Amino acid sequence: MTSIPLLREREKQIHDKAGGAPFEMACDRHSLAGSVSQRACVFCGSRVVLYPIADALHLVHGPIGCAAYTWDIRGALSSGPQLHRMSFSTDLGEREVIFGGEKRLYKALTELIAAYRPKAAFVYSTCIVGIIGDDVAAVCRRVEKEQAIPVLPVHSEGFKGTKKDGYKAACDALFGLVGTGDTTDIAPVSINILGEFNIGGEAWLIRRYYEQMGVQVVSVLTGDGRVDDVRRAHGATLNVVQCSGAMTFLAEQMQARFGIPYIRASYFGLEDTAKALYDVAAHFSDHPDVRARTETLVREAVAAVMPELRRIRAVLEGKCAAVYVGGAFKVFSLIKALRLIGMRVVLAGSQTGNADDYAHMRALCDPDTVILDDANPLELSRFVVEKGADLFIGGVKERPIAYKLGLGFCDHNHERKTPLAGFEGMRNFAREVHLSVTSPVWEIVKQSSFKC
Amino acid sequence: MESDTPCDDGYTLASLVPVVAASAVQNACKLCAPLGASLVFKGIAGGVPLLHGSQGCSTYIRRYLISHFKEPMDIACSNFGEQTAVFGGGANLQLALENVCRQYAPALIGVATTCLSETIGDDVPMFIKTFLAAVPESARPPIVHVSTPSYQGSHMEGFHRAVRAVLGALAQGRGGEATIQVNLLPGLLSPADLRHLKEMAAAFGLQAMVLPDYSDTLDGGQWESYQRIPPGGTPLQDIIAAGNAAATIELGHTLAAERDTAATDLQTRCGVPARRLGLPVGIRHTDALLQALAEISGRPVPDIYQAQRGRLLDTLVDGHKHVNTVRAALYGEADLVAGLAAFMAEIGIHPVVCASGGAGRRLAPVLHQLVPARQHAGMTILEGADFATIEEAVAGARPDLIVGHSKGYAMARRLGIPLVQVGFPIHDRMGGPRLLHVGYEGAACLFDRLANALIETRQAASPVGYTYM
Repeated sequence: MTSIPLLREREKQIHDKAGGAPFEMACDRHSLAGSVSQRACVFCGSRVVLYPIADALHLVHGPIGCAAYTWDIRGALSSGPQLHRMSFSTDLGEREVIFGGEKRLYKALTELIAAYRPKAAFVYSTCIVGIIGDDVAAVCRRVEKEQAIPVLPVHSEGFKGTKKDGYKAACDALFGLVGTGDTTDIAPVSINILGEFNIGGEAWLIRRYYEQMGVQVVSVLTGDGRVDDVRRAHGATLNVVQCSGAMTFLAEQMQARFGIPYIRASYFGLEDTAKALYDVAAHFSDHPDVRARTETLVREAVAAVMPELRRIRAVLEGKCAAVYVGGAFKVFSLIKALRLIGMRVVLAGSQTGNADDYAHMRALCDPDTVILDDANPLELSRFVVEKGADLFIGGVKERPIAYKLGLGFCDHNHERKTPLAGFEGMRNFAREVHLSVTSPVWEIVKQSSFKC
Repeated sequence: MESDTPCDDGYTLASLVPVVAASAVQNACKLCAPLGASLVFKGIAGGVPLLHGSQGCSTYIRRYLISHFKEPMDIACSNFGEQTAVFGGGANLQLALENVCRQYAPALIGVATTCLSETIGDDVPMFIKTFLAAVPESARPPIVHVSTPSYQGSHMEGFHRAVRAVLGALAQGRGGEATIQVNLLPGLLSPADLRHLKEMAAAFGLQAMVLPDYSDTLDGGQWESYQRIPPGGTPLQDIIAAGNAAATIELGHTLAAERDTAATDLQTRCGVPARRLGLPVGIRHTDALLQALAEISGRPVPDIYQAQRGRLLDTLVDGHKHVNTVRAALYGEADLVAGLAAFMAEIGIHPVVCASGGAGRRLAPVLHQLVPARQHAGMTILEGADFATIEEAVAGARPDLIVGHSKGYAMARRLGIPLVQVGFPIHDRMGGPRLLHVGYEGAACLFDRLANALIETRQAASPVGYTYM
């Protein structure tokens, strides 16, 4: 297995204690050419953040690929309109590449807005739009005036940075909406939930917790999102930011312009979910009833899932997991959640973590856990085998690595259909891990040849 | 694992009926050219695809392909940044090629361009030349370049161009030992299809060069240790020897209508006669392929195919009343649609809608040859179509069946018409790579699935609850 060589330029993004080196991670950089990064691009970052806004038109300005590959692939649910599940593209051809795509964009926007009557439109720029020099913002302004709905350019040309820059471009577009809606019926004890995308209905679970606590949820950005909710998000008194890599940009902008403070939260695992709710209750400490209701909620919710978690833990105790996902914050939560069901993380990594994130990750992990930034499939394969993982937690691109090498797998990306957030989500997570790790199929595949 | 949240109640596709628009593509029925090229390079032994463009190009394509094949799908990328877009991608491609060589030790690197690198006008052949000049010959894998801007054609154009580029770059002219007797260029088929075709050629005692051959690389077994490049694929020496073959068989009805293809190139350059046939879906086109193999090999059709043909005909007779006069809508790659339509003509299914996302303009004339004249008036043929257009046509035609890949599910569900999943991609069922479409056995599989979908619909609709159907 050591026959898989590491690329020299990647060595500073891989920390294996076995090497004895001091901890220093060269992260937050462009992926190395030829390394088969698991990351996507700027466009992907923007698409992830804005995708769940269900009553907006999402038009991808470019050749067909970018729109085709992001058609209805995420598990972000809507309780009403489903427009976000359509894939719209200007499908630029050679003609537009030579003569410009502004006319086609204008026509497409006008026609689609007339047909679907969305509450707003987002126009995503893809790579070549930045090269052929279309003035997307000007087209958006014109259509906005003519159609009387917000038409927001998203500057998401794939090559202009990393996925993180795409998050920022999406936040910039969202910020163009925030502050334009009516805030009259918003209570003083109110929040926005940021960075929660309602995968498998997670935003509904979390919203219910807050409502039980007596906290009004003004807007979820962007899970089960609606344009009008985004527009009045500035009426909330606190922003609670999950997936901090994606939406801290927006929280900071809202703090600067509207004076709304923000706190960070994660809803993966019992520990982090409870902490998130208690932190919000603490913010509203002049409403002691909120704190009291939070205590009841957490107590009851934990009690409801613990018996099953204990049963699962008894089976999984001592097993090892590899965790490689997009954002570092999710890794922190997963390390704790896995510990709760008796599992040890032997490989941890993310696509987009920064230096602080990796220092924190290092502190949470065992000393011999290998930590990877922006890893590639060969590195992941080498280390899951070297470290003896029984389970891999990742997304679609990591799944075949796990399965080819005979490991269980849990999909923790946005394509999944199961809610893994909150207290009930922790139970679902434990069930899924158990379901995969305990399959008898792993025993069969270990028998490498016929027994006569 | 079902969620206990209220999501299921609100989870309806019914509110999402697409409206036809002229200037935008809605729910595309095609993919971009670099995907097709990547698939070809994945089917060459020791091959690694490298996309010259943004990181997202390779990642999105990898994810899309993984969701169908459920296999590792390493596709490298030169990973453009802002500087690259301004100053050109030469340095990035250079570095990417070096890193791919170091990590994968590939037998071949297939460089496919993207809309980005094409638009800025990168001279990729020159970059490759520069790279190769700096590497000692012993450490130098062949590098094949194919131009696949996503604003030109669909994934099928990317696929065929890559096949052409590989043979153009590697196949040598006449001379030397004829290790390869027949070149088989199958088009975009399933790994099961490729295995079936390879078995066919072998049954005639023919040494065949099948390009691409991802029957193992994208449908392989479990690994005891990690493979940098999955085992299998068309051997490089076979591709090099393709110019010595007795014939090239190139499959695809609409491809056969193209003037210049990989097969015609080989004919012109190396004098290898091109036999251009339709996809061997159904009886007559399987007959035609076996006939061609018999002629090339000088051997009769092996008994095993007589037996398979017999079983197929027996199956068609047993079930003929289930399918005759049934109306179906087909969509997908033009050649698959043409192949399916030809099979349906043999069993009495009327293809009332035939749609493809590709805009090759060859589908209509081909279908008019394959489908009985009396059905032409009732047949809507769409090329360059998206799913909004296809759905409008299908809703108007109200067929009994829809036949196509997974992306038509939303349409089928809205219209309440059963969908039989075939082709690529299969993202909502297990076993996509194992679907057999070609040969007599493929036709039998297809027939069973078509007939069973109809039987199941009748059974479910009946208040009686028949256990005999």
